[in-house]
Amino acid sequence: MTVADGPRLPAAYLMPGTSSFSDFLSAAAPDLLPSRRAVPQGHAGDLAPHGTTIVAATYPGGVVMAGDRRATMGNIIAQRDIEKVFPADEYSCVGIAGTAGLAVEMVRLFQVELEHYEKIEGTTLSMDGKANRLATLIRANLGLAMQGLAVVPLFAGFDVAESQGRIFSYDVTGGRYEETAFHAVGSGSLFARGSLKKLYRDDLSEVDAVTVVVQALYDAADDDSATGGPDLTRRIFPVVQLITADGGRRMADSEVADIADRMIAGRMVRPDGPGAPTLTGGDA
Amino acid sequence: MSMPFYVSPEQLMKDRADFARKGIARGRSVVAVQYADGILFASENPSQALHKVSEIYDRIAFAAVGRYNEFENLRIAGVRLADMRGYAYDRRDVTGRGLANAYAQTLGTIFSSGGEKPYEVELFVGEVGETAADDQIYRLTYDGQVADVHGYAVMGGAVETVVSFLEPRYQDDLALGDALQLAVASLGHSETGDRVVPETDLEIAVLDRTRTQPRKFRRLRPDDLRRLLGERGPSEPDSPQPGDAERQVPMSPSGVDDPADPTDQISGAVPPLEDPRTGEPTAPPQPEDPVAPPAESGPDQPSPQPVSPDDPLS
Repeated sequence: MTVADGPRLPAAYLMPGTSSFSDFLSAAAPDLLPSRRAVPQGHAGDLAPHGTTIVAATYPGGVVMAGDRRATMGNIIAQRDIEKVFPADEYSCVGIAGTAGLAVEMVRLFQVELEHYEKIEGTTLSMDGKANRLATLIRANLGLAMQGLAVVPLFAGFDVAESQGRIFSYDVTGGRYEETAFHAVGSGSLFARGSLKKLYRDDLSEVDAVTVVVQALYDAADDDSATGGPDLTRRIFPVVQLITADGGRRMADSEVADIADRMIAGRMVRPDGPGAPTLTGGDA
Repeated sequence: MSMPFYVSPEQLMKDRADFARKGIARGRSVVAVQYADGILFASENPSQALHKVSEIYDRIAFAAVGRYNEFENLRIAGVRLADMRGYAYDRRDVTGRGLANAYAQTLGTIFSSGGEKPYEVELFVGEVGETAADDQIYRLTYDGQVADVHGYAVMGGAVETVVSFLEPRYQDDLALGDALQLAVASLGHSETGDRVVPETDLEIAVLDRTRTQPRKFRRLRPDDLRRLLGERGPSEPDSPQPGDAERQVPMSPSGVDDPADPTDQISGAVPPLEDPRTGEPTAPPQPEDPVAPPAESGPDQPSPQPVSPDDPLS
């Protein structure tokens, strides 16, 4: 606020034109933008905790996203009950892999961005519009990503216009890719994706879809040291976000625990999880 | 008479206040009523798109009367301020009082600065708390004055009429339906009699503390209104008022050249430079004369319409 303005809101507040909160921030308070932060040269990736595996899958009438609860810092488990899946607005959610601190900040910015647009324009962004805004935020983070502070989110939501769940993945340069059926990001994503490939069907019920993503997270934790499996002694289970035409909700911990307990009972018999038929179309 | 006029500061401020008051008095009224579960805002607004009542933040709403472009500007500034605060600190740190202060400073500075015309607006900033005792309504006037009001508040065109209706009838802790009926009846009240305002012309929103979502603002749609208001008899829309943006667009009948209307499709004696649909030039350009001379109105062409000296647009 300059003296010339007098005791009033600065010009950036009263300037018409933009409905984007991050554009407004870059004019009014650029130091609050995560991407505007100067980081000294060198690799900073080992200084901060990293989040790991996020999986998402569509099912008829909705989409489910789940994340494990572990954050790691090198060989240390930095946190065992971190939450990495967040609602972005009523009809979408975002899960984060990569540098946890930056990623959580970016999710906060993204949440405000969507709500800000909604309040100013009186209508919500389209599903593609939301996905593109997230891509813009990640693109601005490229400088930090090259110093080891990468953030790679997974974005999923229910497209009200098309009446179906949709999933978008990103790369560190802000590339945006729409995924069909299912996807996973993070260090355990290779194993999770392999698991999803064998378990996913396009006619899953809601509970089955949750079971499939919880199985995939178990398989990721089985082979990736940075992904946390279900913690049976502390009763810590994945965060599961469900989005349907009625909006998004986080599945209650007790419901997830119930599904995880049944999955683990099955793994007691067959530790590698349910087997798939060797030939497509054969008897299961 | 070469001396500059001396205008006393009192007179200057009074003129500016009169100017702002006149602009505000031309519009319709907005009513805010506290009820058991929050705050209800009601206005008669034939436009479904240009809102007078809007959401600012989780627990904060904004209502305004006066010039649309000015209060829309303030509304956006409020959304930006609230979102910025919530992002920099925490969602709970965004308060109605902070917002009302920022508005008051801005309106006050604009009112008393010589270079700008005063804003012709009045605002409500409402904030719903955990209990009815924590609810707050701030009323801001064009000159930056803030008042903390309780129970009910009215601003806009017919304040005295609406207040005279509300005052004997208002009670604390009304149910939503009762508060809505009271507010809507007060909007239809006038010296000449009571009118039933159609549901489709009502803009009603509530800050409802019983909502489970963090965002407590909710608009009541015509279906909700019909259910809550019940049978009210035949409704009667009000005559158009200066504040109703969508009913006052001047449009000439097509095929008539009106120099006062920039939207007409006919330009009289002067041929259009380009086809209005394709954007192509209507006549092929002359190769030997690349710069077209200005069209002259010869004796065989109709002369441009004479503009009367008292035409305000000339």
